[in-house]
Amino acid sequence: MKEPLFSPKNLKLLTGPLNLNNPITVQVLGICSALAVTVQLKPAIVMALSVTVVTGFSNLIISLMRNTIPPRIRIIVQLVVIAALVIIVDQVLKAFVYDVSKKLSVFVGLIITNCIVMGRLEAFAMAEKPWRSFLDGIGNGAGYGLILITVGFFRELLGSGKLFGMQVVPQFLYEIGYKDNGLMILPPMALITIGIIIWIQRSVNRELIDKS
Amino acid sequence: MFSNRYIFVYSSIMVIVVAIALTIVAVSLKPMQEANVRIEKMQNILKAINITATPKEAEAAYKKYIVKTFTLKADMTVDPSVDAFSVDLAKELKKTNPADRLYPVYVAALDNGDTSYIFPLRGKGLWGPIWGYVALKNDFNTIYGVMFDHKGETPGLGAEINTDKFQQQFFGKTIFDENGSFTSVKAIKGGAGPNNPHGIDAISGGTITSNGLSDMIHDGFTAYLPFLKTKINQLNTDKTDGGTQL
Repeated sequence: MKEPLFSPKNLKLLTGPLNLNNPITVQVLGICSALAVTVQLKPAIVMALSVTVVTGFSNLIISLMRNTIPPRIRIIVQLVVIAALVIIVDQVLKAFVYDVSKKLSVFVGLIITNCIVMGRLEAFAMAEKPWRSFLDGIGNGAGYGLILITVGFFRELLGSGKLFGMQVVPQFLYEIGYKDNGLMILPPMALITIGIIIWIQRSVNRELIDKS
Repeated sequence: MFSNRYIFVYSSIMVIVVAIALTIVAVSLKPMQEANVRIEKMQNILKAINITATPKEAEAAYKKYIVKTFTLKADMTVDPSVDAFSVDLAKELKKTNPADRLYPVYVAALDNGDTSYIFPLRGKGLWGPIWGYVALKNDFNTIYGVMFDHKGETPGLGAEINTDKFQQQFFGKTIFDENGSFTSVKAIKGGAGPNNPHGIDAISGGTITSNGLSDMIHDGFTAYLPFLKTKINQLNTDKTDGGTQL
């Protein structure tokens, strides 16, 4: 019997990485770009989408090729596929969202080295069917993106009082002495914000806490 | 299980397929990317005369305000064969022989009827290149507006050079002193004081970027100096001529 496309088992591939198996907060992968591109919400969203596209399609392509890839050169093959996809994403961003692509600068290119992408290829796509691999890739990209967007939201809100570049903290608050927190714009606060997210996540999901 | 021959053929085919795919993407998207670069350059030039244009408005606003452009050769004679907008200062400054360099000038008609001359500049920050446009009033001395940008200066420190707050300090500063000798405008550590016509406050914690910016303005205008001096002399003789006629 053929399994339905969105069977509970397949859906779990999509939703698992959003929480209990999150690539950033649980597997602690992809931290570097999470610190760098989360100063504002818009670049964070574009970065999240870019990574999701790359993880999804690289998983799909590698899974389609998995039986033909000689094991001795599998890492090279994976890298070629990832690099090609990242260059395509980079070119598309430069053509359609030039201002954001300038803000993301080298970090789009650095998706190639994002551990999440290669981690999923090695751990999942090399052994699983294309559709399941694609879902797994999209799920992991989305899990990464979720954290990026959350961090970007708080950093832009508290760091510059804006969201999507528009002022949201009302003027009267500034008049009574409220000030934007300049520290939020700097990378250390991204690390602390991610730390707080991990803290909240683990106090809600007790099973994530290490036994030792 | 996989022979060496298989591995060679496999990787060759893969690389060729990827190369073809990337070429198609790059070639088909190139016109749009170039348009984006053009529009950004227009936005930057307009920013120097204090006009903020969205990417959509930029083309029309550029046509409206920038009434004339011309390209100067290194000896400051006009080279009519080169379109100033197409000159990339970064490439010009890389030319090993300074005599081959080309220097574009953009002439803007301001809303108040005055004319402003916009000069592109390029220099070094702490982490990478910095660049900008400085608009002079038609006395070829007073700064009307500036636009600075950078590749990757530290956020909150050196990156402050592209904030309005920093750039507004330049308004009304002069690059020549009363005797007509070139002073440039410098970013001064510890603050320039309100009455310094040739200095602005440097950025705390961004000393290298500030110094790079001072050097950029100094070196940039040094190249244009013969042109500026000729223009100022013309203005002065026009004035004295007008005086004798009266």
